[in-house]
Amino acid sequence: MAGSGGDAGAIGFVLSNLAAGPAPVLWIQDRMSRRETGRPYLAGLGVGRSVLMLDLSRPADVLIAAEEGLRCTALSAVVAEIWGDPPALNFTATKRLALRAEAAGVPCWLIRHGGTADLSAARDRWRVGSRPSAPDPDDACAPGDPRWRVELFRSRDKQPGIWVAHHDRAADRVGLSAAVPDGAVEDIAGAGGQRAVR
Amino acid sequence: MERWKISQERAGNAPSDDLPQVLMVDGPHGPVVHAANRAAHLAGVTAGARVVDMRALSPALRVEYADPGGDRAALDRLALWARRWCPWTAVDGQGFILDTTGSDHLWGGEPAMLAEIEARLSGLGLSARLALAPTWGAAWALARFGPVRAICGDTAPLPVAGLRLGEDTALLLHRLGLKTVGDLAAVPRLALARRFARADRGDNPLLRLDQMTGHLPEPLAPPDAPPVFRADARLAEPIFDAAHHLPGLCDALCAQLAASGQGARRLRLTVYRTDGEVARIEVAMAAASRDAAHLGFLFRDRLEKIDPGFGFDLISLEAPVTEVLCLVQANLTGGTDAALEVSHLVDRLAVRFGASALSRPVARASHIPERAEMRAAPLEAAVLQPPLTERPARLLDHPEEIRVLYAVPEGPPAQFVWRRQTHRTVRYAGPERIAPEWWQDQPGTRLRDYFKVEDQAGRRYWLYREGLHDDGRGGDPRWFLHGMFV
Repeated sequence: MAGSGGDAGAIGFVLSNLAAGPAPVLWIQDRMSRRETGRPYLAGLGVGRSVLMLDLSRPADVLIAAEEGLRCTALSAVVAEIWGDPPALNFTATKRLALRAEAAGVPCWLIRHGGTADLSAARDRWRVGSRPSAPDPDDACAPGDPRWRVELFRSRDKQPGIWVAHHDRAADRVGLSAAVPDGAVEDIAGAGGQRAVR
Repeated sequence: MERWKISQERAGNAPSDDLPQVLMVDGPHGPVVHAANRAAHLAGVTAGARVVDMRALSPALRVEYADPGGDRAALDRLALWARRWCPWTAVDGQGFILDTTGSDHLWGGEPAMLAEIEARLSGLGLSARLALAPTWGAAWALARFGPVRAICGDTAPLPVAGLRLGEDTALLLHRLGLKTVGDLAAVPRLALARRFARADRGDNPLLRLDQMTGHLPEPLAPPDAPPVFRADARLAEPIFDAAHHLPGLCDALCAQLAASGQGARRLRLTVYRTDGEVARIEVAMAAASRDAAHLGFLFRDRLEKIDPGFGFDLISLEAPVTEVLCLVQANLTGGTDAALEVSHLVDRLAVRFGASALSRPVARASHIPERAEMRAAPLEAAVLQPPLTERPARLLDHPEEIRVLYAVPEGPPAQFVWRRQTHRTVRYAGPERIAPEWWQDQPGTRLRDYFKVEDQAGRRYWLYREGLHDDGRGGDPRWFLHGMFV
């Protein structure tokens, strides 16, 4: 990623992990991530997804709003996007989010664009980057189903590892396969990458 | 007319009394005069005449639109306000009627009461013609056609128009030579009854005459005042923090709301300081509610914003806007109501971050990508509409121009620079051509050819070329980056 904001792999990985259903998703963005990486576009999010958008300016407000959203058990998930490494996003803030999410039983995804992997109390921490997509069966020169390089680099109850995620758009299903040693992929991860925190 | 004048004075441009001024409404043959000021009356302007005719009469005439709906609402409020003199008041056409039976002695007799009413109304900037009579009809006629502040005056010399008849009937009676109420009363009843046997109740002169003389009863049906939901906390000593009194106030207000089956949509907390200042906090709710804990929670963070000064000794909580809220059966399985929880969440977020921060994106019928989505109210039902073609998951608010290094005539750029980084196109899909919407766009808007492009690192973008080389709408086409695919 390295601050360019052009990689939507983390968004795709989070979207593929959200439960389908009529319950709305609370999607919170701060101003910088909205400006650098755009806003969620309803037509591209998938059929039948209902989103409550909250546009805020400061990262501290995003954390407060995410905590407020986790009080409500009627949501299907809370997705918060934060740009960079704001001082408000410290160990205490992530621990509050993790405890609230566990108490309410609502998954909370914190997407960090262009941040560094500092101290965090998140239960699972992922680093996601885009990979060249699968070949399209109908058109040789068109990009097909998306693939991501997914790294679970810290987890409380799972074995960390690196996978290549393959998103089957027709069935809306994600398959994980073992990572292949691929130089291009390593380059992306080395440049920073995005972290999705659950 | 006077209400318009007051509103103009409040807006800071007080009209001069010397200039003729009328208010107009739209009639079937063009605008007609609704009301006129004193200067216009002196110039010969009459209500009901066409504005163009009156302009010919008085070229300096100034014309504004009247507001009949606002007038009616103001009259309704005024009739409720008039209950300070007696408990039964009702709006009656252009005026209102007070049933002062048994309450005049409280104001020092009938003449004193009329003087008091006139003084109070002129304090509001309104002029009034008052009359007191034993029946509704007689009071109506005396107020419009009788002497000033008439009390039980003689109705016989009044014109027949004072009988609350329609214009046609009044004209007919006039042509028959019956010009005053006394003339009409002198005609034998049988002849009148036979002549007007088919007239409506409102247009029957005999009926109206009986109502005026009191032979037919005409009781007053005063409308109920709208209920006021309000809870007060009067304190013996001035305090600085209202937080301890808020739960009690919310409980009292919610008990009132529950008793009448209403839920609050808007709440106003008013704090009266000891030095006479008044501070108000208003909160609004996305759905009607009478949950005391929820209402109290909405005020929690905003109480600090009140400047207490030397303390305050009266706190009042009222619900200015309410909606019907029925009792609903809770979930039998013991779960919570999802819609209620979401509406409470929306309220909490709106109070904290402002109502404009929260929205629900909904689909709209348009091919232009940025117009195909609209911000709607958070609780609006979503319209599910599957997209026809593949769309990106992220869209930039403003498409960003990219620098094309190697352009291919019929396809996406082979290399482009976006945000100072060079991207090499490895694979692409497209183009998808989206033409401008001629019913909305400026003439000269160029079409767009969209491409889905994957670069060497696997990042997938949505690019478009604006225009064609030979479309005659400007120079070379430019390239933009509009979104990212997952």
